[in-house]
Amino acid sequence: MKKKTIRLYYFLVGFVALVLGASLILNAFEDGIVFFYSPTDLKFKKIDSNQKIRIGGLVKLGTLTQNNELFSFKVTDNEENIDVRFTGILPDLFREGQGVVAEGYLIKPGEFNAIEILAKHDENYMPREVADAIKASGEWRGDTESDKQ
Amino acid sequence: MHFMANPNIFSKIMEALIPWVIVIFVFSGTLGLIFALFISPPDYQQGDSVRIMYVHVPSAWMALFSYLMIALGSLSFLIWRHPVGSLIAKASAPVGAIFTILCLVTGMIWGKPMWGTYWVWDARLTSMLILLFLFIGYMLIGNAFENQNHGNKVASIFALAGSINLPIIKFSVDWWNTLHQPSIFSMKGISVSNEMLTPLFLMAICFQSYYLLILFMNIKKQIAIIKINNHIILSISKKEK
Repeated sequence: MKKKTIRLYYFLVGFVALVLGASLILNAFEDGIVFFYSPTDLKFKKIDSNQKIRIGGLVKLGTLTQNNELFSFKVTDNEENIDVRFTGILPDLFREGQGVVAEGYLIKPGEFNAIEILAKHDENYMPREVADAIKASGEWRGDTESDKQ
Repeated sequence: MHFMANPNIFSKIMEALIPWVIVIFVFSGTLGLIFALFISPPDYQQGDSVRIMYVHVPSAWMALFSYLMIALGSLSFLIWRHPVGSLIAKASAPVGAIFTILCLVTGMIWGKPMWGTYWVWDARLTSMLILLFLFIGYMLIGNAFENQNHGNKVASIFALAGSINLPIIKFSVDWWNTLHQPSIFSMKGISVSNEMLTPLFLMAICFQSYYLLILFMNIKKQIAIIKINNHIILSISKKEK
């Protein structure tokens, strides 16, 4: 065998080992890599009430209420809902029907005390006129899926 | 492609391309900035902050592309001993690191008003930061050896091992829940309206031609240094005779 063929085989074997190793590691640490749990994920996880976690989903339409600086709303993934309470200033992009990530404590199943709220932006970019036109035609998908419920 | 492995032929191709690349760079950059800053509309959610995307997304693409060129160049150098592979790999590192920094910084500037935070440790942001460390590590390792050829080999192996990070960056937003939004390209098509795609693609062409310019200049520098060193060695060995 030529020397460069041997080097090619070395590389291929090494690369396969690298890919296998990396995928095993990433699989094993999946819980640490996900940035937030969805309300459905939480159903299957045992989470202590003093364990700080992040949950994410859409702010369910028609559920946002404000009492001074105390906000409460439902976070939904269109299957499960979680009641979230938060005291403080909400980010600009926070609105009903938008994606949101909340960091805090699950005080009991379905009830979440948030200490920080981040707005999640989706991958849709368009001018206002286009957004209005799509909404008018009833073809709107994505960030306001919850209003179909 | 094997004829390209000869540095002299590669130099000639490079010299012929440079003026064209400069024309494309100036043209796409000027037009792209005019579209990005003035002609394209504000976003329905983000307002004018969407204009950050026209720098952020092309620099992210180019950061990944630069690292891909390091990996491919290193591969051709390690296995087939192509000298031009090594030249391309080494020349792609500094410019790739700059693209990565630009991507991270513009992302942070966008993140504060949109997300409400400059930085989070989600899979996309973290893997992109790791890419920056890979660029820096590659450059340091390449220069850490007395014997340049030895340094090139070790750095190339490091670069290939690090290339596992490229698919992780690309698919991080699909594999795990992240704060970062998913790719604008999906099975459903492109999720950016046409008025906004024009500046995005113009800026991408501008960044790509900038990369080529820096790459060519860096390779010319490397070839010049090799020639000077060879000349010195030659004149010393002549004196000794």
